[in-house]
Amino acid sequence: MRHTISLLVENRFGVLARIAGLFSGRGFNIDSLAVGETQDPSISRMTIVVRGDDQILEQVKKQMNKLIDVIKVQDFAPGESIQRELILVKVNATQKTRPDIMQIVDIFRAKIVEVTANSVTIEVTGSDEKVSSLLDLVKPFGIKDISRTGKIAMSRK
Amino acid sequence: MSMTGAAMVIECFKKEKVEVLFGYPGGTVIDIFDELTKSKVQFFLTRHEQGAIHAADGYARSTGKIGVCIATSGPGATNLVTGLATASMDSIPIVAITGQVSTAMIGNDAFQEADVTGITRPVTKHNYLVKDANELPRILKEAFYIAFSGRPGPVVIDIPKNVQQSIIDLPYPDSVAIRSYKPTYEGHIRQIKKVASAISASKKPLIYSGGGVIISGASNELTELARKARIPVTTTLMGLGAFPETDELSVEMLGMHGTAYANFAVQETDLLIAIGARFDDRITGTLSTFAPHAKVIHIDIDPTAIRKNVKVDIPVVGDVKKVLKVLNTMIEPADSSDWLKHISALKKKNPLSYKKSKTVIKPQEVVEEIYDLTGGDAIVCTEVGQNQMWAAQFFKYSKPRTFLSSGGLGTMGYGFPAAIGAQIGNPGKLVFDIAGDGSIQMNIQELATAVINDLPVKVIILNNGYLGMVRQWQELFYEKRYSGTCLSRGKVCPKGCDGRPNDKCPANYIPDFVKVAEAYGAIGKRVVKPGDLRPVLKEIIKVKKPVFLDVKVSPEENVFPMVPAGASLNQMIGGLA
Ligand SMILES: Cc1ncc(C[n+]2csc(CCOP(=O)(O)OP(=O)(O)O)c2C)c(N)n1
Ligand SMILES: [Mg+2]
Repeated sequence: MRHTISLLVENRFGVLARIAGLFSGRGFNIDSLAVGETQDPSISRMTIVVRGDDQILEQVKKQMNKLIDVIKVQDFAPGESIQRELILVKVNATQKTRPDIMQIVDIFRAKIVEVTANSVTIEVTGSDEKVSSLLDLVKPFGIKDISRTGKIAMSRK
Repeated sequence: MSMTGAAMVIECFKKEKVEVLFGYPGGTVIDIFDELTKSKVQFFLTRHEQGAIHAADGYARSTGKIGVCIATSGPGATNLVTGLATASMDSIPIVAITGQVSTAMIGNDAFQEADVTGITRPVTKHNYLVKDANELPRILKEAFYIAFSGRPGPVVIDIPKNVQQSIIDLPYPDSVAIRSYKPTYEGHIRQIKKVASAISASKKPLIYSGGGVIISGASNELTELARKARIPVTTTLMGLGAFPETDELSVEMLGMHGTAYANFAVQETDLLIAIGARFDDRITGTLSTFAPHAKVIHIDIDPTAIRKNVKVDIPVVGDVKKVLKVLNTMIEPADSSDWLKHISALKKKNPLSYKKSKTVIKPQEVVEEIYDLTGGDAIVCTEVGQNQMWAAQFFKYSKPRTFLSSGGLGTMGYGFPAAIGAQIGNPGKLVFDIAGDGSIQMNIQELATAVINDLPVKVIILNNGYLGMVRQWQELFYEKRYSGTCLSRGKVCPKGCDGRPNDKCPANYIPDFVKVAEAYGAIGKRVVKPGDLRPVLKEIIKVKKPVFLDVKVSPEENVFPMVPAGASLNQMIGGLA
């Protein structure tokens, strides 16, 4: 099952390596990872999306809690959190296809942030479903490049 | 009061009451060594950094204090890694200080640079790279606190040379405040009550106690619980000594090479009370058939240990001593008299056993004789392999911190330096290293440390000519193909030799352990005949010098009983009635 794990950690060097080590040591791939400071600059929030056996992930979460630099670990159940990701996607575009692309961008309330003679770059923010449907729709035009921030999450409560 | 980083390290030793330091110098720790001359700390120069950290470990295990060691950057630090992993697996409090190249050079492949925090991260409880001298006092304080508190473990502090030389204007702190690290010591009272009622409802309770009982200093509380509630006790390898094996309630060690009666008891119990233990695979055998009839109670300070391998019905997170203290006030004796009768019948029927011989010494009898001659009043360290299991089986431990062995990692080469550390921490006490002829060669250089410091450690080499435990597996599961386990194999051996003893085997064992001992100025002796064993043991026990006793034992002796890999605890082979 896919898990979205949110951690509060000390904002210090080495912490990320400790967390990552808990996954790499077990041969787990991290699907995405986002890190940034919180309102308290001495604390960072990490959001990790990872797939794996529930029981093993349970153990990983306990191990995270055990790390000296980890302050809090939350594993969000579906629907329990707001989840967002920002994506930049560069799509092939000719004069002919550009209006079609712009229409899709409009529908998704995405943004075009760069235009060249043969491409447009789209910025889209949103949930998993929104982002992946946009990607599906622009795919036929030819995707040249994608860069994603990785998912961030926050409890609804 | 301002002082250098190096002086701050020494100040820390003073404040943390460090009496003994093990280590090895080098370019990046000269400053600390220089300050050491002004300190009261007793420094022991081992002959290898691995020796230093195992000695610190043996000191810690035998005294209950923190073991402290120091090594230089690069190779000095990497030589500590096995010792850190050993201590980490067995939850031993160690603070290891390593030198590092100056901060400006870190990451540049400087001379003797290694990413020590990177390398040691998975084998430490925590580690630090000190980049700013002003952080040093806090880090030192935290390191000692983290190593010793909660579930203990090794902590590395990597200190760059320029940090050691910087002037610090801060005092050594009196207290620590780590918001993200607060071990749970008090067990939840509701959970403890559940434990008490489960015990009184049980007909066949069994205590399975581990190293956590020793770490927590809870032997008395454990003994009180067992006697009050009339519950038999089995211990892990790490738990030996926490409960007197001479007590009628003891069923001694369980697991792969545990006693038959302990393993049968586990498979029959209706209430398994795990205390400071972690359900290691060497204990449980096949998980799916482990303790099939039992409700499981698990008391441990480490929440990650609970439900890691086994479903637990009543978990109690907390310090074992504190939890047992509370539990003991609630305990009423269980109705276990039939069960106890049954256990004592199992004990009679399936004792640990081996066949004595008139012509060749049996390794088990060496351990038995040592037990008999010392009355059990000794600290016994072990190497790893058959020697370790025989030392566990045939010596009856009745006091905590008297059996020192690398349980989790199974580190060959641990026992001898650990014995040195134990002897330093327990002057006047009789300290043995029950060794294998393979393992002892992994840190044999520490003979110099023992001799120079006049540490009368007794090394008993159970010399079977083999990497015996691996050979045993080859005998039982690989049709006796002794590949890579014969320690005599060399150029003179016929090409197709399968490693089994035969008339073409080289006559001389290499090395001659007696001569090695003598070359270092220790006492070396050899026994070959069963009749000589006891008198020679008697003699060396009296000697106040380090001794290597080379005991030629039967080469193909096996450790029994044995739960083969993948079997259940009651499917033991060997040594059964
Ligand atoms: C450092 C290390 N390397 C390899 C092993 C694997 N191993 C486990 S027991 C053993 C044999 C030990 O031989 P010896 O010290 O002679 O003891 P014996 O079993 O013969 O008593 C080996 C090689 C180990 N435990 N540790
Ligand atoms: Mg051997």
